[in-house]
Amino acid sequence: MSSSRGLNLTLKIWRQPGPNARGEFRTYEMKNISPDMSFLEMLDVLNEQLIQQNQEPVVFDHDCREGICGMCSLMINGQAHGPDRGTTTCQLHMRRFSDGDTIVIEPWRAKAFPVLRDLAVDRAAFDRIITAGGYVSINTGNAQDANCLPIARDKQEKSMAAAACIGCGACVAACKNASAMLCVRAKVSQLALLPQGEPERARRVTRMVAQMDKEGFGGCTNTYECEAACPAEVSVTNIARLNREYLRAVVVSEEGV
Amino acid sequence: MADASATAVTPQIEGSPRLKSNAPTGDIQTQWERHKFDLKLVNPANKRKFTVIVVGTGLAGASAAASLAELGYNVKSFCFQDSPRRAHSIAAQGGVNAAKNYCNDGDSVWRLFYDTVKGGDFRARESNVYRLASVSTNIIDQCVAQGVPFQRDYGGMMANRSFGGAQVSRTFYARGQTGQQLLLGAYSALMRQVDLGKVKMFARREMLDLINVDGVARGIVVRNLVTGEFETHTAHAVLLCTGGYGNVFYLSTNAKNCNVTAAWRCHKRGAFMANPCFTQIHPTCIPVSGDHQSKLTLMSESLRNDGRVWVPKRPGDPRPPNEIPDDDRDYFLERRYAAFGNLVPRDVASRAAKKACDEGFGVGETKLSVYLDFRDTIKRDGAAVVKGKYGNLFQMYAKITGEDPYSTPMRIYPAVHYTMGGLWVDYNLQTTVPGLYCLGEANFSDHGSNRLGASALMQGLADGYFVIPYTIGHHLATSKLPPIADDHPEVRGALEAAKGRVNKLLSIGGTRSVDSFHRELGKIMWDKCGMARNDAGLKQAKQEISALREEFWKNVRVMGTGESFNQNLEHAGRVADFLEFGELLAHDALTREESCGGHFREEHQTEENEAKRNDDKFCYAAAWEHVADNQTQTLHKEPLTFDNVHLTQRSYRE
Repeated sequence: MSSSRGLNLTLKIWRQPGPNARGEFRTYEMKNISPDMSFLEMLDVLNEQLIQQNQEPVVFDHDCREGICGMCSLMINGQAHGPDRGTTTCQLHMRRFSDGDTIVIEPWRAKAFPVLRDLAVDRAAFDRIITAGGYVSINTGNAQDANCLPIARDKQEKSMAAAACIGCGACVAACKNASAMLCVRAKVSQLALLPQGEPERARRVTRMVAQMDKEGFGGCTNTYECEAACPAEVSVTNIARLNREYLRAVVVSEEGV
Repeated sequence: MADASATAVTPQIEGSPRLKSNAPTGDIQTQWERHKFDLKLVNPANKRKFTVIVVGTGLAGASAAASLAELGYNVKSFCFQDSPRRAHSIAAQGGVNAAKNYCNDGDSVWRLFYDTVKGGDFRARESNVYRLASVSTNIIDQCVAQGVPFQRDYGGMMANRSFGGAQVSRTFYARGQTGQQLLLGAYSALMRQVDLGKVKMFARREMLDLINVDGVARGIVVRNLVTGEFETHTAHAVLLCTGGYGNVFYLSTNAKNCNVTAAWRCHKRGAFMANPCFTQIHPTCIPVSGDHQSKLTLMSESLRNDGRVWVPKRPGDPRPPNEIPDDDRDYFLERRYAAFGNLVPRDVASRAAKKACDEGFGVGETKLSVYLDFRDTIKRDGAAVVKGKYGNLFQMYAKITGEDPYSTPMRIYPAVHYTMGGLWVDYNLQTTVPGLYCLGEANFSDHGSNRLGASALMQGLADGYFVIPYTIGHHLATSKLPPIADDHPEVRGALEAAKGRVNKLLSIGGTRSVDSFHRELGKIMWDKCGMARNDAGLKQAKQEISALREEFWKNVRVMGTGESFNQNLEHAGRVADFLEFGELLAHDALTREESCGGHFREEHQTEENEAKRNDDKFCYAAAWEHVADNQTQTLHKEPLTFDNVHLTQRSYRE
């Protein structure tokens, strides 16, 4: 990459040595960053520099670097996963920034996602919500032939659109109430739309919502920041479905939740 | 079934007495049924007395952990990610094969078996492959029952597509996110068992050693990656479901944290490592853009169903691709392989792309890429149809490269993607250490020297849902497994060894970063152990890796402490193991003096530059036994016999 295209950047990064330690912003100057780098590759370069200077590298969660594992989780200039829509931090590229930019990088901030170190947070609350009911209770070996259960194409498409959630937590980070409604409704909708989900439909939604509240996530006030931040482009129209499912469960269901 | 009656050609290779495949004999179609009947069962009331450790929560690990818990065993499940849902199976795009024959196009269990043996270039164990093909149909049923939203047609029935190397449509898919959806299905089954109290989940734990007692696997040592604390966990059996070792090449399509450490630690505790040189290069990846590159991104090879691969006929043709007329384009796959065209197996497609670039026909700034063009499909079916099929892949490509694949051809280049080698296992998926099982990509068993597209998801789930639940019972029912105290000398020994390695890494205080060693190792591997290999290069690679390893232990700089969340330290431990493993990979490639599947030795090729096997000498699985550090490992051979699909040279031309 020719150096003429390289970007000079100022990074302000949240450094916090441990869960209970005090954190602070630290400033780092970056020279000649290739626009073809991904955002995380830019942080790799920073970390290599820090190691050369005998300083501890910045901790940040990442894994697949192709936008599907949901591990990366950075607040970039106040936006979850940065400025591009439908894009995880790992898929964000430096060509999106300009020479001379200052970039502020923070961890997700939510009561239910405590900071572990620097930019890494604990999202185990999401696993506990799934544990509360985000499944179909079927043991291995019980299944009938797949085609015995026809599923209308539009139902399957809607279910798939909901199932695309990568569990990254951007919706929580973007929400002023730190609500997990988008993420929870994604799983509730996916299964509520399918016949497989029917037998436990009411139990599922009531248990998942109860766990969500217990974890300290806030309520939804329909500002739709979650949808704007969601890298999997899960739509808010279905938060209504979560509410409907919940209401149905507590008012009319005979499932005995 | 033409080949079933053919006379088997069984080369005379002497097998090692240490490798007992325990594969059933006789009619292959009834082997698994008969074997299941012969396996001892654990009484339902006794299952709760056994604990099983499952390391890794990808398709193999999550499905195994959930299924064993459903049976009543107590399961301890471990992953290094922050959640079991993030294991790298999640990134698989294209699909999962199953011999359902829903399309009425001539598919069958036998054909899937045949295709897998042939596609693997006759280096897999027939019995395992047949079982894989026969349980493939159950996998689809199970996943649908869990609520996996597979693609449907308008009548509500399951949709299928054809996939690299197959002439029937047997691939099931959920958009381009099949791995994600299958993994979330297995993950939900796993979390259900957490809810029921049968699985105890340990996330952000990295396995650093295996605990053997009286020669039987009884536990593991892990490090809590957040606190840095070491933990020991004991059990009645250990399942390793820790994925492949593609990151030994530094640049691969694997997730950044994929590593060989758990498998390598088990190898050093007695589990033989088989066929490490069988690595798969995937033809449709986004090319490298610069020195900063941290990983490579694969695009599903389903793209090859509609995209046409070509290079300009004139090297360095300066015209933009859309201005190059068909007469000046070389659609080299269609030209060379009339019957399969753009759908030839991965190894064949990858080498053809490399050949084109090596001969100067490559395109793009680096000249290390070829075109994958959707022009004709868009003209035929319209952009909307193409978007429906490949929308997310096109979007991903545009994000990474800044180019629009609807209006200009994609550029692709091969990258390391999957590793067929792994810990040697018998028919029961047990390694050479009793009580230690290995599932999914981490084992060597089903794909021979080359894996067919959409077969990795199939194998991971087959092992976890439908094989291990049967075979592990036999071990638990027939072995003496006395309780192990936490202060048992073997437990303490493994713990101290793991701590010692971590402390050593932190104490070196050198000048070079971990990443710089990893990159250098990767370059050696890619240049000399990659798509094409030769005797001189492999010998040189071994020397260079050995020298690099020596330097690593003298000069690596690992920052921070062991008592904290320290990603630099995690990486250091993984690179240390890759530096040992890489040398074994090169050695395995050196000793296998033939070409087969993904292992291409330049000295052994046909006149048409295809892989040329040497069945008389190399029709075996090479299982390596660790003897001592920095010493040549001992080779054990498991001869492979082909009683059902007879040994032929692969040809994708006619």
